[in-house]
Amino acid sequence: MSATVVARELTRRFGAFTAVDRVSFEVERGEIFGYLGANGAGKSTTIRMLIGLVAPTGGSASVAGHDVATEREAVKASIGYMSQKFSLYLDLPVMENLAFFGAAYGLEGKALRLRAGELLERVGLAGSEDQTTGDLPGGLRQRLALASALMHAPPVVFLDEPTAGVDPVARRAFWALIRELAAAGTTVFVTTHYLDEAEYCRRIGLMVDGKLVALDTPAGLKRTWVPERVVVARGRGLGGAERALRETPGVRAVAPFGAALHVRVDPAALDAAGVAAVLSGAGAAGVEAEEAAPSLEDVFLAVVGADGKEAA
Amino acid sequence: MTEAAAAPALEALGLEKRFGAVRALAGLSFRVERGELYGLVGADGAGKTTAMRALTGLVALDAGEARVLGMDPSSPRVRERIGLMPQQYSLYRDLTVEENLHFFARLAALPRAVYRERKARLLGITRLARFGDRRADQLSGGMYKKLALACALLHEPEVLLLDEPTNGVDPVSRRELWELLYEFVQSGMAVVISTPYMDEAERCSRVGLVQAGRLLLEGRPRELLAASGRSSFEDLFVHAVEQARGPGAPAPGGPA
Repeated sequence: MSATVVARELTRRFGAFTAVDRVSFEVERGEIFGYLGANGAGKSTTIRMLIGLVAPTGGSASVAGHDVATEREAVKASIGYMSQKFSLYLDLPVMENLAFFGAAYGLEGKALRLRAGELLERVGLAGSEDQTTGDLPGGLRQRLALASALMHAPPVVFLDEPTAGVDPVARRAFWALIRELAAAGTTVFVTTHYLDEAEYCRRIGLMVDGKLVALDTPAGLKRTWVPERVVVARGRGLGGAERALRETPGVRAVAPFGAALHVRVDPAALDAAGVAAVLSGAGAAGVEAEEAAPSLEDVFLAVVGADGKEAA
Repeated sequence: MTEAAAAPALEALGLEKRFGAVRALAGLSFRVERGELYGLVGADGAGKTTAMRALTGLVALDAGEARVLGMDPSSPRVRERIGLMPQQYSLYRDLTVEENLHFFARLAALPRAVYRERKARLLGITRLARFGDRRADQLSGGMYKKLALACALLHEPEVLLLDEPTNGVDPVSRRELWELLYEFVQSGMAVVISTPYMDEAERCSRVGLVQAGRLLLEGRPRELLAASGRSSFEDLFVHAVEQARGPGAPAPGGPA
């Protein structure tokens, strides 16, 4: 059995509020597992249970073979954790941050220095050992936080919104690191609100109000949740014409994406040209419409039930 | 008032600001009209936050001029007509979600009926209605951000500056907040927003790409994209920034 993270009916209540409600899943060794959901859906509480910070009030979970409720120390030694607000000492030099986290996991002397040097090289911070951490740009600080979480070479890492607020250049570089890490056998459990990043995950779990409502590969989620055809329409004055589109037979959902509209249509009733005709007829100008593959954001909206269906 | 009414909502005229050896603003200029949603995008440390602070009179400029509704941003007549949501927004952590909203409504002297209507709307959009009795210090990062945004939007100023308001906010709430911003600008509000989300940048009336304290590119998102020949706005951004940094200074974190 190669599952590194296992949750069975995992539950956490805070008083009358059920933050995580009977959640079950298994994450394989070396898998990048994405855990998605709205704010307050229970993602962080799940992670806190898996890393032994919060005790489950029901069900069970294990990480690297250790029960999260009864073997907390063994769990702690098996995991690396990077949270939304990475806990680096900003007034310390880069190397001292790594030394601090390494020492917390029992590394010392030459072994610690070797490991730190190796990680700095890997995250592109070699040569920055003596720089004050607070002076690093956000994207580099984020990579130092990842390096700190990896000092003790844990088999599993939990990354809770590691790229929140990071610019697109730095995000791309960060994900290249994550993919390398997983390819080398580390299990990566990650939450994000950037759904383009979620495409890098092998499988994705989607939480709604404490429940895990979908669990599949990105391609599988798209097949299941967005079985219709997606038409992407661009043009001027789309906002004003949106209503007419919603009232058109065959239109299942309409949602803005960037400057465009994503329209989910029943292929038997409507095609891209049909969508363009409706929009143009309702006052939009310069309309171009084409079929496109559904994105994970289409899936997210369908699962959360916020894809404008009820407005039809 | 007629001359103020004719003035653009916001004007940055050659803004210059140094912090020690760092030139945070290096001649930044742009203007935003009423009814416009202007996106400031750029990599970390490009100068977006300093620009917002300068435009709200919180930073003394070394050179250049910031004008809000034709006036100096630090004048008291501007202060009641402008709103700023900084990245680190201070809420009362020991108050609940509802209590925080109520407090900010009282600061803005909102009539009770107006407050009730806006509160219901904002709690719905931010999906915080379920958490009305939760203390601010018990909210997750994204929920805290949403509450801060709701508090900043309560008084509906004429000019609104939002510094990365959607970091950590989930995709559904992000969309709904954008719908709200569209409504605001349609009623004549001028909004300046900075964001690391390129799909959001694409939804602005115009965007300015900031690099090293000045504008690298400016225009309507679709026109910029068409002119660049790139397949996505994110590609456009990444390439523009990497090009500006030059081959001698690879993007931090580029493969070593």
